[in-house]
Amino acid sequence: MNYNDLRHFADSYGLAAMVLLYFCLCAWAFRPGSRRSNQDAAHLIFAEDGEPATHDRKNDHG
Amino acid sequence: MTGLTMKAGIWLILAILAMLASALAVDSGFAVHMVIVALAALLAMMGTLRSADWGGIARGILRMPDEGHYDDDPVRWGVIATVFWGMAGFLAGLFIALQLAFPALNLGLEYTSFGRLRPLHTSAVIFAFGGNALIATSFYVVQRTCRARLAFPGLARFVFWGYQLFIVLAATGYLLGITEAREYAEPEWYVDLWLTIVWVAYLAVFVGTIVKRSEPHIYVANWFYLSFILTIAMLHIVNNLSMPVSLLGSKSYSAFAGVQDALTQWWYGHNAVGFFLTAGFLAMMYYFVPKQAERPIYSYRLSIIHFWSLIFLYIWAGPHHLHYTALPDWAQTLGMVFSVMLWMPSWGGMINGLMTLNGAWDKVRTDPIIRMMVMALAFYGMSTFEGPMLSIKSVNSLSHYTDWTIGHVHSGALGWNGMITFAAIYYLTPRLWNRNRLYSLRMVNWHFWLATIGIVFYASSMWVSGIMQGLMWREYGADGYLVYAFSDTVRAMFPMYVLRAFGGLLYLAGAVCMVINVWRTILGHLREEAPMSDAAFDPAKDRPITQKPAAVPAE
Amino acid sequence: MSSFAQKHKKLERNVTLLAVAAFAVVAVGGIVEIAPLFWIDNTIEKVEGMRPYTPLELAGRNIYMREGCYNCHSQMVRPFRDEVERYGHYSLAAESMYDHPFQWGSKRTGPDLARVGKRYSDEWHVQHLIDPRSVVPESIMPGYAFLAKRELKAGDMTAHLKAQRTVGVPYSDDDIAKANDDLFAQADPEADTADLLARYPKAQARDFDGNPAKLTEMDALVAYLQMLGTLVDFESAAPQEIER
Repeated sequence: MNYNDLRHFADSYGLAAMVLLYFCLCAWAFRPGSRRSNQDAAHLIFAEDGEPATHDRKNDHG
Repeated sequence: MTGLTMKAGIWLILAILAMLASALAVDSGFAVHMVIVALAALLAMMGTLRSADWGGIARGILRMPDEGHYDDDPVRWGVIATVFWGMAGFLAGLFIALQLAFPALNLGLEYTSFGRLRPLHTSAVIFAFGGNALIATSFYVVQRTCRARLAFPGLARFVFWGYQLFIVLAATGYLLGITEAREYAEPEWYVDLWLTIVWVAYLAVFVGTIVKRSEPHIYVANWFYLSFILTIAMLHIVNNLSMPVSLLGSKSYSAFAGVQDALTQWWYGHNAVGFFLTAGFLAMMYYFVPKQAERPIYSYRLSIIHFWSLIFLYIWAGPHHLHYTALPDWAQTLGMVFSVMLWMPSWGGMINGLMTLNGAWDKVRTDPIIRMMVMALAFYGMSTFEGPMLSIKSVNSLSHYTDWTIGHVHSGALGWNGMITFAAIYYLTPRLWNRNRLYSLRMVNWHFWLATIGIVFYASSMWVSGIMQGLMWREYGADGYLVYAFSDTVRAMFPMYVLRAFGGLLYLAGAVCMVINVWRTILGHLREEAPMSDAAFDPAKDRPITQKPAAVPAE
Repeated sequence: MSSFAQKHKKLERNVTLLAVAAFAVVAVGGIVEIAPLFWIDNTIEKVEGMRPYTPLELAGRNIYMREGCYNCHSQMVRPFRDEVERYGHYSLAAESMYDHPFQWGSKRTGPDLARVGKRYSDEWHVQHLIDPRSVVPESIMPGYAFLAKRELKAGDMTAHLKAQRTVGVPYSDDDIAKANDDLFAQADPEADTADLLARYPKAQARDFDGNPAKLTEMDALVAYLQMLGTLVDFESAAPQEIER
């Protein structure tokens, strides 16, 4: 395997794989199941001191 | 007690070693620098030895409130340092802008010539002003979002003072002609080593605080800060690999040569923009914009995509600084393609920030700090559109080597980095010093307008001067010869250089408003002023229309 | 899918994982883009005539760097008709193969200097550096009169050449041993420079600053400027184009 083979791989299958992976990751970030946890995370900075910021803390803590 | 003596002893040994190095130095610049190091070590030793409560004294002078829930002293020092170095950097910038219009201002001295002052300006604004803003805000944000006090408080203080020593060594080095002569990576090998130590300590404090957090989720701002700290460490170490001529001299030679050196340098240089001036400041955006708007970020999911896309794409973009040079074509093309793709996550981030104000757009009218943040995001959007455009090879063939690049950098630096930092400082100052509000919101408004108009002057004059010079260089006459000598193009740019300096003056004037405002807020003064949102209210008219004018008695 | 989501949550809650993932993502670009440059042989096509800098040229180059000349002058001619006509043949990668660091520059507040060597006389350079506007009225360059007065204190040139050799510049043992003598000989009209010229082909040996009695910083800087772009002969040799 030399440099040229790597380059051809990079601008064909490698590129396609990266794009596919990227779209999967985007879809994953936007999947409906994560709505709640994302909302919690976004509100995290407004919680008062000492108060738990997340509603589902006890469910998935630790 | 023995621990104290040990610590003081280490500082003393360091001071003695530095004095020794100064005496044996092979060049005068290194000798001067070692004296500075020795003085710093002695100061540190005095600070350790004297039983006086230095923290208490500092708090008295700086009017700092007593320790609160969080460890905010380094943040307070950082806010003051940011304002101070900002003024120094803006002033140096105005001076060198005037030098380009009026070369007599070089004064014929080596210490005041453009070639030495320009790195002073760039480093002062990027690393001193921007760096202090990043360190201070990251210490503030990481504590709040993790609900934990800083890990390693002693180390956090070392980070602050160590970073100031780095700035002083770098700045005095430029004036003395100590430089590696690569843009934005000018400090010499021993200063680079010192920064590496400070940076590792910074990483330890930051990660340590995240580790001891009492909030399970790591807020997205911390992701941006973390990637900024890590990536800057990687870039700094690789790009500054060099061979010192002598361990007692300032001079070193880069480990790489020619085309390899060029690529590592611009890989570093562009990602100093990408991670120092973008990722780090986006972290500020993701915390301070929601806090000031009192609304959560528009889309937390978008911020996750924004993060991964941005850090993945940015690192490839460096070669667009080397279009049509002797760098291999494939690397140039990669740089161009990734720079154009970078437009998308950049605008994703901008939209995320702006849409946070959805439903609260009236705050742009009533709250000058929000207005500054919106303007910062607008300039971020503008320069992240202009950047990909300039990285297209055919555009770059015109713009490269001209003032267009300078204008582009400044619309990003003055508009995005400057404005978001000012907004963060205005947000932080009253909270850090336990004041009800800033000394004056109207002065923030003045600052906003002076800075905005200053940037408009700056960017537009540099567009004109850059495009004009690029076109003049390539202009051919009917006879088939080049029309303009290089000196003709220099003369043609004079009015643009004057306008640019005027824009810089306005920006500096805005910063002066900030200095006064921050100063008086710290002193606890409140300016008597009409509130910003001044809807007309006349109590006399505030009544139902039942009472008719008294009827004039009929005759 | 749900187990994948659990993993994502883990990433968001584990700082080590987050740091490692971020670092990996960031490292990819650098590795793919930069690493090949160090091991592909066609990055730099060898060209006839390239040689390391003489000690005096190197000292001059260090002054060029010290004064921050790279802030306003590029040393990289792009392959465009107007640039080639204005500055000369476009720059080849090999021409900066001994430049630690490179000085390609990013801004032309003043003209490109990649091929400025032998284009002007020594007297012109000295006068221009002392008072730029006395020869180019439109110039906005700072004056560097102090260079002509100041004796050249380049330090121990053997140490400089040794450091250069460590980073890959092919100085011979002979070059290193004679570095300090070479420094003075090149600007001394009385000196025997046959040996120097044999080891450094196309080096120019003469007094550069018009003051043969003293070796000044001006001597070194002008010696450097006068050699820029003069090593590769583009007129005679077969076209040494490289794949770009």
